[in-house]
Amino acid sequence: MFDFLGANAWMADKVLLATWESIYMVMISTVLSYLVGLPLGVILVATSEGHIVENKSVNTVLGSIVNAVRSVPFIIFLILIIPLTRLIVGTPIGTIASIVPLTLAAIPFVARLVETSLKEIEWGLIEAALSMGANAWQVITKVLLPEAMPSLSLGVAITTINLVGYSAMAGIVGGGGLGTLAYYYGYQRYENGIMWITVIVLVVLVQLVQMLGDTLAAKISNKRM
Amino acid sequence: MIEVRNLTKIFTTSSQEILALDEVSLHVEKGEVFGIIGLSGAGKSTLIRCINMLEKPTSGSVVIDGVDITTLESSELRSARQKIGMIFQQFNLLSSRTVYDNVMFPLEIAGFPKKEATQRVEELLELVGLEDRSDSYPAQLSGGQKQRVGIARALANKPKLLLSDEATSALDPQTTRSILGLLKDINHRLGLTIMLITHDMNVIKQTCDRVAVIDDSQIVEVGKVVNIFSKPQTDTSRSFIGTVVNNDVPEQMLQGRAALETGHDSLLIRVSFIGESAGKPLISSMIKKFDVDANILYGNIDYIKETPFGYLALELTGLPNHINEGLAYLKGQGLEVEVIRGV
Repeated sequence: MFDFLGANAWMADKVLLATWESIYMVMISTVLSYLVGLPLGVILVATSEGHIVENKSVNTVLGSIVNAVRSVPFIIFLILIIPLTRLIVGTPIGTIASIVPLTLAAIPFVARLVETSLKEIEWGLIEAALSMGANAWQVITKVLLPEAMPSLSLGVAITTINLVGYSAMAGIVGGGGLGTLAYYYGYQRYENGIMWITVIVLVVLVQLVQMLGDTLAAKISNKRM
Repeated sequence: MIEVRNLTKIFTTSSQEILALDEVSLHVEKGEVFGIIGLSGAGKSTLIRCINMLEKPTSGSVVIDGVDITTLESSELRSARQKIGMIFQQFNLLSSRTVYDNVMFPLEIAGFPKKEATQRVEELLELVGLEDRSDSYPAQLSGGQKQRVGIARALANKPKLLLSDEATSALDPQTTRSILGLLKDINHRLGLTIMLITHDMNVIKQTCDRVAVIDDSQIVEVGKVVNIFSKPQTDTSRSFIGTVVNNDVPEQMLQGRAALETGHDSLLIRVSFIGESAGKPLISSMIKKFDVDANILYGNIDYIKETPFGYLALELTGLPNHINEGLAYLKGQGLEVEVIRGV
């Protein structure tokens, strides 16, 4: 006989586990992508024309790499770097393995977001710091980053939301999390219920992240008002 | 203190070269307030930014206390800049920091020990009258208060020179007056040399000891403010002075005079006086001594840095030789006399 309650509990467990896997992947990838992407974004700005450490060759090379990675669709990028993922993690399958493509794809995205945020800083502020004898490092850490904080925190929210989407794609090729759940049960076994639950969980996750980002940005801005 | 020699700056864009400064030479004394006035695009902003090398000159030198700042290595330049404060038209305060932390900023850059820095910031906030706003953020302040923070910040490292880049141009006249008063006070109390640029002749009149007039990338006139006001040598200077002091006898006055006559000779003159002579009753002495009548048509008196300065338009009537003797007397007393029209 069909154990309705038991089946439900089993399903809930599956969804919970998959949700946790997704959150885990996305969080680790966001942190790792900022560890690399933030400095890259700073370099993109600081080496641009007329900026504090203007360097045309560094800027051009870095800019081209960022553009190249960003122009590869994530689903192709995912397959393309399987050998690298295998090298780093040992297997291309699973939650941990997914972190590699997610992070690598997010780095150039983060770099551009950070670049945009930092470019909004009025040049006068940088000039004032320079007139006091600040060096490039002091301009970056005491002017650029703190001044751009509201915009940077919105960038973190955008990156996280993007990675939620990417993580679902990674799930389809065995990356674990909500993507895998939706694919196995929803697509291969025609269990529409699971599919819908996955979608709802994803929507809620994205809403939560955006709210968190907005609140944080507003909190920083309001404090300064 | 500052010796600018043959400073030239050419901006190169992809399509053209723009000459912003053309062989500019200047000398600024220690402890003086030196103004540079010019219209926008004349090159004044470029000039002041060459003093602390925010703009790198194409050629020429800027010697501050014997050190040619254009030849310094970047680390030497950074320490030199710590001794040159600068304030800006747009204030350029960090929105992420409170008033207190904004003033602390240059001390952090210079690596001041924390305890001394705290004391210094408190002193500075008191100096600019903002000790009760130390926890406010710049967005909560008025323009005048923001500029006071800017001034406190610029003074934090005890500079020997303060550069002011249109510091009052974004402020209303009343606030401008109070900020200029603060600058003058600092100049007196700390003996700080101030170099300011402006397009507003009122700023020059209220604050500066000497002024350089810049036009079309060149300095066209330099001198004591009083002298430039009383005897401008160039049209540029005259038009700047015209924005502050009305030197012309109103047209309707002259028209009225042309119709008048009584058989006596009469003469329209303009008498300018500066300093001491403004205080003496020279006109009334002339009237008594030479038996001429003086009808005051128009007059103006003003103060430039505590020096009275002004002019009178007079119509002298009397016998021709009396009038001539009277004129000679006024000139002999050191007044600047100009005949506008013999009637």
